[in-house]
Amino acid sequence: MGGFPILSAMTFLPLAGALIIMIVRAATAGSREASSSDTEGRTALLAGLIISGATFIASLAAFAAFDASQSGYQLVEQYSWYRNISYKMGIDGLSITLILLTTFLIPICLLASWNSIHKRVTEYVVAFLVLETFIIGVFTAMDLVLFYIFFEAGLIPMFLIIGIWGGKDKIYAAFKFFLYTLIGSLLMLVAVVYMYQTAGGSDFEILEKYAFDPNVQTWLWLAFMASFAVKLPMWPVHTWLPDAHVQAPTAGSVLLAGILLKMGGYGFLRFSLPMFPDASQLFQPFMFALAVIAIVYTSLVAWRQTDMKKLIAYSSVAHMGFVTLGVFAFNEAGVQGAIFQMLSHGLISGALFLIVGVVYDRMHTREIAAYGGLVHRMPVYATFFMLFTMANVGLPGTSGFIGEILTMVGGFQASTWAAAGAALGVIFSAVYMLTLYRRTVFGQITNPELNSIKDMNMIEWICIAPLAFLTILFGVAPNLIFNITEGSALRILNLMAGG
Amino acid sequence: MIDFTAMILAVGPELWLVAMALIGVLVGATLKDRFNNASIKFGALALFAAAAFSLMNYEGGEAFNGLVRTNMFVNFAKFVSYVLAGFALLASEGFLKRHGTIRYEYALLILLASFGMGMILSAADLMTLYMGVETLSLSSYVLAAFHRDSAKASEAGLKYFVLGALASGMLLYGASLVYGFSGSTEYVLIAAAEPSIGMMFGMVLMIVGLAFKVSAAPMHIWTPDVYEGAPTPVVAFFASAPKMASMVVFANVMFTMFGDVIDQWQLILCIIAGLSMIIGSLGALTQTNIKRLLGYSSIANMGYALVAVAAGRELGAGPLLVFMTLYVIASLGLFMGVLAMRRKGGMVEGINELGGLMRKRPVLAIALSILIFSMAGLPPFGGFFGKWEVLSAGVEAGLMPVVIILVLASVVSLGYYLRLIKIMWFDEPTEKFEAIDGSVTLTVLLAALIAGILFLFFINALSGWASTAAMGLTG
Repeated sequence: MGGFPILSAMTFLPLAGALIIMIVRAATAGSREASSSDTEGRTALLAGLIISGATFIASLAAFAAFDASQSGYQLVEQYSWYRNISYKMGIDGLSITLILLTTFLIPICLLASWNSIHKRVTEYVVAFLVLETFIIGVFTAMDLVLFYIFFEAGLIPMFLIIGIWGGKDKIYAAFKFFLYTLIGSLLMLVAVVYMYQTAGGSDFEILEKYAFDPNVQTWLWLAFMASFAVKLPMWPVHTWLPDAHVQAPTAGSVLLAGILLKMGGYGFLRFSLPMFPDASQLFQPFMFALAVIAIVYTSLVAWRQTDMKKLIAYSSVAHMGFVTLGVFAFNEAGVQGAIFQMLSHGLISGALFLIVGVVYDRMHTREIAAYGGLVHRMPVYATFFMLFTMANVGLPGTSGFIGEILTMVGGFQASTWAAAGAALGVIFSAVYMLTLYRRTVFGQITNPELNSIKDMNMIEWICIAPLAFLTILFGVAPNLIFNITEGSALRILNLMAGG
Repeated sequence: MIDFTAMILAVGPELWLVAMALIGVLVGATLKDRFNNASIKFGALALFAAAAFSLMNYEGGEAFNGLVRTNMFVNFAKFVSYVLAGFALLASEGFLKRHGTIRYEYALLILLASFGMGMILSAADLMTLYMGVETLSLSSYVLAAFHRDSAKASEAGLKYFVLGALASGMLLYGASLVYGFSGSTEYVLIAAAEPSIGMMFGMVLMIVGLAFKVSAAPMHIWTPDVYEGAPTPVVAFFASAPKMASMVVFANVMFTMFGDVIDQWQLILCIIAGLSMIIGSLGALTQTNIKRLLGYSSIANMGYALVAVAAGRELGAGPLLVFMTLYVIASLGLFMGVLAMRRKGGMVEGINELGGLMRKRPVLAIALSILIFSMAGLPPFGGFFGKWEVLSAGVEAGLMPVVIILVLASVVSLGYYLRLIKIMWFDEPTEKFEAIDGSVTLTVLLAALIAGILFLFFINALSGWASTAAMGLTG
C-alpha cells in the first residue's frame, strides 16, 4: 500500500500511449495529405516502439521491486470500485514472469511489423498497445471481476488485428477466434457471478480462502475450464488456433502464441487449482487424457501440414499439452515446469513465427513446398531456424528441454501412463520439426524465385537475436526463472492442499 | 380542496409536459408552419426541464386520491426517459428537414408520448395505468406513420395500431378481471387482496399486454416491421425512452401489485425472457436491414431485462434500472448511427451502407463500435455492468436455466454485432458518406462516452442510485 502505483502505471501506460497517438493523429489529420501516409505509419510505429519500450522498462522496475523470496502477492494496490468489487492489482512470481514475457515480446512484435505492415499502420499500433494493456491487466488483476474484464476485453483488439491485417480468410478466422473464446468466457462469467455472491467478494485472497462446496466446485471448475481450455487451447477445442494463426499477420501470431495462449495456463494455475482443489483432483485423469491426446494427436496433425504457420500452430497446441500435464500433476516439478514451459514456449514459438515471417515477407507464401535449399542463400537465417527448431524439439541446452522434462517428471509422479504418452509427443515433435527444417532449409534450390532471396536484414536480426539469447540462457540457467516462480508455485500447491 | 403541492410533488413533470404540449398546440395553431423549426427545440427544452423536475422531486409523492403515486424508482426511470426523449427529438431535425416532413405536430406528439410515459410510471391505479398506456400508444401509432406519404411508414403505423390495440385490449381485460376479483383498482389494495384464480387470470392477461409494450417474445412480432417502416428518428425514440418507461412499469406492476405472488409469475416471466433472448438473437443473425437487426436485438435485450424482473423486487429492481439505463442510452446512440449511414438520396438501410466507416469517419466509427460492444455486454464497456447486474440478480434468485440461456444468447448476438463491426472496420469504403447533422454526431458521441466509457468510473454511483431508487419501491 502507498507509494507509487507501479503496477497500474505499467498496465495503463500502453493505453495512454495509444490515446496520445490517436489524438495526435486526429490533430494532424488536416496536414496528412501533404506528408505521405507511409511517413505517418513509420512515425506511429516508432511511437509505439517507444511506448512499449517504456512499458518494458516499467515492468523491469516492477520486477526490481518484486521480492522473489516471498510467496504472496506483492506491490498490491487496492481501491474500492463497485459493490464488493475492488480495483486490486498485485503480482507474484507467476504473474511477473508472464508480464515480463509480454512487455518483452510486444516491442519485438511492433519492430517485426516495420517492413511487413503498410496499411492503416497507426490503427495497427494503437490496437497492439491497447491489447498490451489488457494482457498486462490480466496478469496483474487480483480481483476476479477485474481479471474477467481484462481477459475478455483483450478479444476486441485481437479481433481487429486478425480481421484488418490478416490474410485471405481473415474474416472467418477473426469470427471463429472471437466466438470460440467468447462462449468459454461467458460460461466462466456465470461462475464468476456465482462465486462473487457465495463468497461475498471477488478478491483473489477471499476466494482462495473460501471453501466452495465440492459439488458446486465441479460446476465452477467446468465453467472455468470451458474458458481456459479454449484459450490454452486444448484438444478438442483447439481448432480456432490454426485458423487464427494462419490468417493473422506475423506479429499477431507471435502475440497469440507467445502470450494469449498463456492466459489459459495462467487461469488454471491461478483459479482452478487453488480455488477448486477437490474438483481439480476429481478431473485430474480427464485433464491428463486431454493433455496426452493433445500432445500426440496434434503432433501427428502437425506432421502432415503443408503450411509452415499451421504446422507451428499445431505444434503450439502440443506444447500447451505439456503445460496442462504439468499443471494437473499437482506437484512442484509439474507446476514449476508448466510455468517454465509457458515462458519458454512464448519465446520459442514467437521466434518460430518470426522466422516464418522472414521468408513470408520475401516470397509471400507459407507453403513448405515452395521452399527448399534456403541454407545456400540464407546461412544466418538457417542457423537461427536450426536453433529454434532444436529448441522446439526440446534439445538439452535450450529452454524447451527444461519445460518438457520437468512437466514430464511431474506428470510421471502423478501418472506413469500420462508421462509415457507425453514422451511420445517429444519424439513426434522431432519428426515434424526436423521434416519442416529439412524440406525448407536443406536440399537444392528448386524454386527459381529463391535464387535472389536475401538473408536476414538488420531489423530481423534485432527481433530474433534476443529471443535466441534468452532461449539458450534459460536452457542453461533455468534457475533464473525457478527462483522467481518457486514461491508462487509452492503457494498454489499449498492452497490446493488446504493450507 | 385540491392539494396543489402534493400534485406537483407527485406528477409535476407530467403536468408540465401536458401544459407544454397544449401551449405548443396553441402556438402551432397561431403561427402555423412558422413554428415547425422552433418546435423541435421547444419540445426538447420542455423534456429536459421535465427531467430536471423529476429530479427535483425525486422522493415523489401521492396525489389524486391515490391515482398516482411516485417514488424514487419511477422518478429515476422518468429522468432517464425524458432526457433520452429530448435527445431523440433534437437529433431528428435534420432528418425531418431532408424529407420535408418537419411539422410542429412531431414535437408535440413526442411530448404527449412522453406525458404518457410519465403517467404509466406514476400510476398507482389500474385506471391511470390504462390511460397512460393509451396516451403513449396513440401518440406512438401516429409517430410511426408520420411519413404519411410513405407506404412503408403507413403500413408500420397501421400494423402497430392493430396489434397495439389488441394488446391494450388484453391489458384492459386483465385489469378488469383483477379489479373484479380483488375489488379495487388501486395497486396497494390489489396487493393486499386475497389472491384468487380469477385474479391470476387477470394478471396473466396483463403480463401479455405489458410484454407487447416492451416487445418481448412471443408478443414481439410487430417490432421488426415497425422498426423497419417507421422513420428512423421515430424508431430511435421508440427504442429508447418508451422502452425504459414500459419496462420499469412492467416491473412496477409485477413488484407492487403482484409482489407477494411472485411464485405465480416468476416462471411465466422466465419463459418470456428466455424466448425473447432466443428469438431476438437468432432472428437478428440473418437480417441485412439495420433497423430490423436492431429491432431483433432489442427483443433480445428485453429478454435480459426481464430476467431482472423475474428475479423479484429485492434482487431485481436495482439491476433492472442499471441495465435499462445503459441499454437505452446505447440503443439511442446506435439508431443515431443509422442516421449517419449513406443515404443515396432517400434512406438506405442495408447494413453494408456502413462499409468502411472507419476509414472515412474514424471518430464516429469508434463511437459506434463502443456502443455496439457495450450493447453486446463486452467489457470494459458500460454494457458489461448492465449484464453483470442482471446476471447477479438471476443467479442470486436461482434462475440458472434462464441465466445460461442469457449467456448463450449473448454469444449468438455477438455473431451479428461483430458483423456490424466487421463492416465498419474491415470493409473498404466504396462510396462517399454524406454529411451528418451535428446533433446526430453529438448524440452518438455522448452516448458512447456515457454508456461506453464513463460508466466504467461511475458504475458504483449508478448502481448506488439504482439501489436507493429500488428501495423507494419497497418503502
